[in-house]
Amino acid sequence: MTDSSVSQPNFFEVKKGLFSWIFSLDHKRIGLLYLYSVGSFFLVGAALGVLMRLELFNPGADLIEAKTYNQVFTLHGVIMIFLFIIPSIPAVFGNFFLPIMLGTDDVAFPRLNLLSWWLYVLGALFALSTLVFGDGPADTGWTFYAPYSVKTGTNVSMSVLAAFILGFSSILTGLNFIVTIHRLRAPGMGFNQMPLFAWALYATSWIQLLATPIIGITLLMIVAERMLGIGLFDPSIGGDPILYQHLFWIYSHPAVYIMALPAMGIVSEIIPTFAQRTIFGYKAIAYSSLAIAFVGYFVWGHHMFTSGMSGPAAYIFSILTFFVAIPTSIKVFNWLATMYKGSINVQVPLLYAVAFIFNFLIGGLTGLVVGALAADVHLHDTYFVVGHFHYVMFGGTGFAFFGALHYWYPKIWGKMYNKLIANIAFAILFIGFNTLYFPMLILGIKGMPRRYYDYLPEFHTLNQISTVGSWILIIGLLLMIFNLFKGYFSKQKAPANPWNGITLEWQTQSPPTLYNFDKAPELVEGGPYNYPNAMKG
Amino acid sequence: MEHSFVLPNSGHTYDAKASKLGMWLFLYTELLLFGGLFIVYMVYRSLNPDAFLMASLNLNVWMGTVNTVVLLTSSMTVAMSITAIQLGNSKLSLKLLLITVFAAVVFLVIKYFEWGAKIEHGLWPGMEHFGSLSHGEQLYFYLYFFMTGLHGLHVIVGMIFIVVVMNKIKKGSINKDKNQLLENSGLYWHLVDLIWIYLFPLFYLIH
Ligand code: HEM
Ligand SMILES: [Cu+2]
Repeated sequence: MTDSSVSQPNFFEVKKGLFSWIFSLDHKRIGLLYLYSVGSFFLVGAALGVLMRLELFNPGADLIEAKTYNQVFTLHGVIMIFLFIIPSIPAVFGNFFLPIMLGTDDVAFPRLNLLSWWLYVLGALFALSTLVFGDGPADTGWTFYAPYSVKTGTNVSMSVLAAFILGFSSILTGLNFIVTIHRLRAPGMGFNQMPLFAWALYATSWIQLLATPIIGITLLMIVAERMLGIGLFDPSIGGDPILYQHLFWIYSHPAVYIMALPAMGIVSEIIPTFAQRTIFGYKAIAYSSLAIAFVGYFVWGHHMFTSGMSGPAAYIFSILTFFVAIPTSIKVFNWLATMYKGSINVQVPLLYAVAFIFNFLIGGLTGLVVGALAADVHLHDTYFVVGHFHYVMFGGTGFAFFGALHYWYPKIWGKMYNKLIANIAFAILFIGFNTLYFPMLILGIKGMPRRYYDYLPEFHTLNQISTVGSWILIIGLLLMIFNLFKGYFSKQKAPANPWNGITLEWQTQSPPTLYNFDKAPELVEGGPYNYPNAMKG
Repeated sequence: MEHSFVLPNSGHTYDAKASKLGMWLFLYTELLLFGGLFIVYMVYRSLNPDAFLMASLNLNVWMGTVNTVVLLTSSMTVAMSITAIQLGNSKLSLKLLLITVFAAVVFLVIKYFEWGAKIEHGLWPGMEHFGSLSHGEQLYFYLYFFMTGLHGLHVIVGMIFIVVVMNKIKKGSINKDKNQLLENSGLYWHLVDLIWIYLFPLFYLIH
């Protein structure tokens, strides 16, 4: 099958056919199953986003009316959060590369891994079933706030159950990674010799494990109220909807770090490879992931400054929120210090990594603005918030996801995409992204509320700019995807190590063989990023 | 394709420690699942202390006590079955597991009669008598049905888990040297027990 007599059949070649994929226990195939499913849902979500932007091109209901608009942003939010961004980096690249980077041949529980993908599919079916069954998709916003989520006639139960099942899937992935990291590292690889991507996944997995059950039970309470009449949040009998908000954000704020930490792990891989030198502050980056995960547990109240909260509680939540900025900036400074005076090889993955830093900086700083009490009272539930979280999730994690795709593409498929087109697509995407979301920040400061299909005439121009931005963004996105597909069909093979990386995945052949390594991998002495010929200083 | 070289740290070899670690992590998530409910209970109890007390008088402390004893006993038998298999006595281990499953059934039957009595008295959400209760009492019963119901589901899952394990012991795939799965089912069963140990005083005993 293979051209050269030395190389073993790769993991694509060992077995063929649909069933060899959807029942595969190979962590690499499961990673790719996730890639195809997560990627498809991203496109569906993006289409819904563009639809909303089209409606907002002019004031008034010219494309969709109020209720439909509410359903569209809810479905958009549910898809983007639960079906795209939370599983994105861990389930796709974590599954594919964590075992390889640790120098092993699989995750600790391969069957559980397959189960979590199937649960993902089941959850997705539940979420999409609302399009067909019942009274249409939920119109509550992705936050499902009680009491509206209990009263509305739309099919909230199915969406909520979908989120519950997807949470379960996410827990199983996290559990699998923690055990894998504890038990399957290559002999001689201590925790402090692990690649930083593994560290990031480790911290992420703990959050998945320790936060997700809370939203699970909270969502079950919503279902119980809708289906059995067990009205735990029903204000008419003294139930407390604010309690729902607390429980919801106890998970959903840490969930922000389920989205952000893996992305930071990707950036910590890409930057040393393209600077060809040791990462600056390895331990600081590694432990700051744990610090972010830890502090991130105690800040959920910043989503509720305007829902009624005692003064002291609000101060404390606000101050703690500011603390999260410290470990985050530690990372940013270390990345910059790594690049400073390095022999930088500017390639597409690096561009995405730098774009991550740029966008995440805006996302993070605007986060501090809404984390400050006085400012939040004005900005809460405005487009400022919409701009802020798209900068974090899309501009941050989304761009890191695309960066990872370009970084590991030659390893996964053994082919190379056209670099020129990839650069152009990146530029369009970056410009489109900022044109789409920066105006939202200004709109928010001017007072335009979120979650409306309509707006006052004075917001017209900025909304039009934003919508044009969404068109530019989509062009960049399609060009990027087209280029990646085209690369797959090109005849030219990529070398096993095109970027001169030294973490263990670059020691395998491209694409890797079924069991990844044909001989014990050789660990790099003096840490995973100790480049032998690096320019010092 | 024959695979000649196997890494020393392969994910495909039996690793009891990994499986145990995985189980413990899963138990944390279960504790947190109930943790959310305990928070809700705490908040509502502190807002409606008198109503909760009134409502709790409707429960049958006697039945609750019997169930507590039943579950505690079953926790002991499951622990003994693990020791038995480690000593190589699969037959005894199976017998002890059978007692455990029996105890689980007894627990569920008693629970069934308890719930049945409540429903007969019209205490199920939406029934006529239920509507005449005070708000706090209604919240109490919502919590009672939700939490004991979810716990009951866990009893059923734990039972199925143990039955699966019994089958494997019969087939010999769980044995003296390889019995982590049995231990995991035991851990799960202890969790089910532990949660009940909290539910019992919260609903039946606190005055
Ligand atoms: C194609 C790109 C995208 C476009 C054009 C877009 C557009 C929008 C718009 C206009 C809204 C605001 C609706 C409103 O408040 O009236 C929105 C909400 C939202 N978007 Fe996006 N978005 C895109 C991508 C993403 C991505 C990648 C994510 C997450 C990773 C995301 C997550 C969300 C969430 C969570 C909401 C809030 C939904 C709610 O209010 O319940 N979006 N999006
Ligand atoms: Cu938050």
